[in-house]
Amino acid sequence: MKYLLLKHYRGGPAPAVDYGSMDQWTPEEVDAHVQFMRDFAARLEETGEFVDEQALAPEGTFVRYDGEGRPPVTDGPFAETKDLIAGWMVIDVESWDRALQLAAELSAAPGPDGKPIHEWLEVRPFLTEPPTVTE
Amino acid sequence: MNESLLRELVPSVIGVLVRRGADFASAEDAVQEALIRALDTWPDDPPRDPKAWLVAVAWRKFLDAARAEASRRGRELAVEAEPPAGPAPATDDTLRLYFLCAHPTLPPTSAVALTLRAVGGLTTRQIASAYLVPEATMAQRISRAKRRIAGLPLDQPGDLGTVLRVLYLVFNEGYGGNVDLAAEAIRLTRQLVALTDEPEVAGLLALMLLHHARRASRTGSGGRLVPLGEQDRSRWDTGLITEGVTILQTALARDRLGEYQAQAAIAALHADARSASETDWVQIVEWYDELLLLTGSPVVRLNRAVAVGEADGPQAGLAALADVNPDLPRYAAVTAYLHERAGDLEHAAELYAEASRAATSVPERDHLTREAARVRQLLRP
Repeated sequence: MKYLLLKHYRGGPAPAVDYGSMDQWTPEEVDAHVQFMRDFAARLEETGEFVDEQALAPEGTFVRYDGEGRPPVTDGPFAETKDLIAGWMVIDVESWDRALQLAAELSAAPGPDGKPIHEWLEVRPFLTEPPTVTE
Repeated sequence: MNESLLRELVPSVIGVLVRRGADFASAEDAVQEALIRALDTWPDDPPRDPKAWLVAVAWRKFLDAARAEASRRGRELAVEAEPPAGPAPATDDTLRLYFLCAHPTLPPTSAVALTLRAVGGLTTRQIASAYLVPEATMAQRISRAKRRIAGLPLDQPGDLGTVLRVLYLVFNEGYGGNVDLAAEAIRLTRQLVALTDEPEVAGLLALMLLHHARRASRTGSGGRLVPLGEQDRSRWDTGLITEGVTILQTALARDRLGEYQAQAAIAALHADARSASETDWVQIVEWYDELLLLTGSPVVRLNRAVAVGEADGPQAGLAALADVNPDLPRYAAVTAYLHERAGDLEHAAELYAEASRAATSVPERDHLTREAARVRQLLRP
């Protein structure tokens, strides 16, 4: 079963720990954080559970169709949208419990003073192919 | 030489290497490498004796790897460089490989991957594309599985139940990437029937054939899901149905019922009905009762309620839902259907919408959304 571990810049429940923004950390703390993320992905590849990982730039724009022959309409970027997605990891695991366990491990990435940042991650199951046998 | 003939040789070639002294993990790796080379070179330069070619190339790959490993560790090579003279023994280790690859200590996804590679003769790339994961991830999953079963002897009888579950999982995955997993599951189950003498193996094969027979009618234009009651039965494959029913009857005659035979019996009763309205629901309910006794599965209980609804009317179906766990994925879909049949359209529309939100696949979700829309249209004046 595949799950999306979604990382938000903003949105979700109130942070459990105030770890500030990364640019306020020391370079060593930033390095340790980045290394943790890299190790985590490598370990999942090793266990045969890694599918994909992507990070998104914080700035984007909203776009919509505006009728035949007209250019697309854009709006934003908005400085303070309610929810802002930072990136994601896709895992393929045996169970929901395993997905939660891995998300919790990822949430323990180190921040200031090397302490876990306890950040909230959103876990979403993928929709699959319908099974062949249904009755 | 087509690809499936080549793949059929894989388990017996692994068996030859193991009998010559290779451990299973290294033998399997060597045969995979030989297989990839065969896929590459055979179309232009087919060998006269495909099996001998595979054995020779795989054995050389194995020796190269074993030598590299031995020199890395500064040790002598443990196996003889030259294979023993004389013809290879006729014993077939394929059945042992089924047991080993679906060993109960392996998580199901690993057992599936290992079975498809070592017994099915698929390449890591094909398996990865079928399950939509990166090739490196699938390669790791397979080598981890092999590490976990390392040291288990190949000559021990195994657990047939887990083998059947693994094959059932492969079949149920359907069609992934460029690999037809349902067809592959049927091939592997057919081969297992020839190697064993258990009615449940035949029952599983019958179940697969009877469901595979409906494949063309199961999806409409644009991948739309067509439920059993609305399928164009003239598109069902009568050859597969006849074969499935014959296999099932032979198995049932041995009077050792199991869950796959019972499931196949239900599929056979559907296959037997010329139209949905001619379905023998009373007998289907009886088979669900058997299946429930055999498995106690909550999903069986849910599907039984549908059958009861058809046999004895929607109120009876709803009553049968009383002892079904409402957390099951298809619970809302079943209640929606039964309420619609009972004439409670308002409730049915809401339940179809709820069911679409709980669906676990895109075609199911779209189907249930369409059902909700259809019932809501009926409600408009």
